[in-house]
Amino acid sequence: MSEPKYNKDSMKNILVVSLLVCFACSVVVSSAAVFLKPQRVANKDLDRNKNILEAAGLYDKQSGQNIDIAAEFEKFEIRVVDLQEKRVLSDLEASDLGIEARTYDQRKAAKDPAISKALETREDIASISRRARYSVLYLLRIDGDIKTIVLPVHGYGLWSTLYGFIALDGDMNTVSGITFYEHGETAGLGGEVDNPAWKAQWSGKTIYNDGGVALKVIKGAARVESEKFKYQVDGLSGATLTSRGVENLVSYWMGDDGFGPILDGFRG
Amino acid sequence: MSTREILLNPLFVNNPIGLQILGICSALAVTTKMSVALVMCIALTLVTAFSNLFISMIRNQIPGSIRIIVQMTIIASLVIVVDQVLGAVAYDISKQLSVFVGLIITNCIVMGRAEAFAMQNPPGLSFLDGIGNGLGYSVVLMLVATIREFFGSGSLFGIEVLPLVTNGGWYSPMGLMLLPPSAFFIIGLLIWALRAWKTEQVEEPEYEIGGHTALSKV
Repeated sequence: MSEPKYNKDSMKNILVVSLLVCFACSVVVSSAAVFLKPQRVANKDLDRNKNILEAAGLYDKQSGQNIDIAAEFEKFEIRVVDLQEKRVLSDLEASDLGIEARTYDQRKAAKDPAISKALETREDIASISRRARYSVLYLLRIDGDIKTIVLPVHGYGLWSTLYGFIALDGDMNTVSGITFYEHGETAGLGGEVDNPAWKAQWSGKTIYNDGGVALKVIKGAARVESEKFKYQVDGLSGATLTSRGVENLVSYWMGDDGFGPILDGFRG
Repeated sequence: MSTREILLNPLFVNNPIGLQILGICSALAVTTKMSVALVMCIALTLVTAFSNLFISMIRNQIPGSIRIIVQMTIIASLVIVVDQVLGAVAYDISKQLSVFVGLIITNCIVMGRAEAFAMQNPPGLSFLDGIGNGLGYSVVLMLVATIREFFGSGSLFGIEVLPLVTNGGWYSPMGLMLLPPSAFFIIGLLIWALRAWKTEQVEEPEYEIGGHTALSKV
């Protein structure tokens, strides 16, 4: 090098180079993280809201229609629910608890022992190990009557936890739509939970019969002539475990430990 | 080597996947859809080019004993930046790529070029070498992705080419194409085709079965 005494393998140089490299890299990485964070968070929220609209049948990803997601989303009334006491909280109660319905992070809450509970194997149908005490739901009202209710759901498939939304009609029993906004299932097999054709057949299915949650994701195709048709959704071929995971998460979140009693309350 | 050779040789003559058999892991994982594979190619090309550039710029200062760690630090930082940028500008695709952008850190091509080229060559040439190797990776990845998406999903870049049975058409997709083993087969066939075309790439067999021992003693 230019300086005759420069020895790049000296102990001093090792320390200097490693410190400088670490410093330069950490500045680059942290500034990228800080400057891009608002954009990333906004993207994530937008994607969630899009999925809520899609479950409620207000937005069609395929047609690529250009609707104002934020404005459409404003139509929803967001309520906090207490899954332990099995009731919808008033806005006052929610703010007393420090829960802001729009930004409430159920996933984070599920990790906090104070506001979540560990599920026993027997109860843990959806394999989620812990359930947050509070959740939110999204109501779409027309002339005061609930037209659609969108519920956040999640459960384990084959490789990953699937996070999504189920929308029900005002009778709190008929499925209006289902979407998953985050999962890590095999593309083309379990990943077909994103297939619009598969999601479309959920619409009009019935969740409950007299004995509780009756909706099943069956192997093969549901037959129209079968009397169980309205309780059956075609399984995804090549994705038995993902299909079962979806069935389980529906059973869990629509059941007594999930939103079941709250839906009963709405039914009056 | 001329500048042109540095840039274009990795495409076919010295392809990182085809000849050096590096970077296979991501080639298996992200090639079910062309759009996802394309973003992965761009990400890897950028990371390889810039890691080569920066490593080459400080190559005369990097102590030999910690050079791999220094290289890894630079590569990892670039990958995190790429991951962050993707999350901000192409959220849907970054969701599909999930962990694989992060795994560029361990992609042998990036490390390989840093150690084999950038540590001995000036920054400009190293940058071009990174671009070239990124392109060599991209050629193979896009070929594999085209074949897999076409036969596995009946579409190209998400646009339906063969109408699927599930959507009321006639094409029943090949499920195998969506699973990682199909990428192994396709890459194997591509390497075979490449070596049939450029016979100088064929390696000497490492081991040859000898004659019958009982007879050879006679």
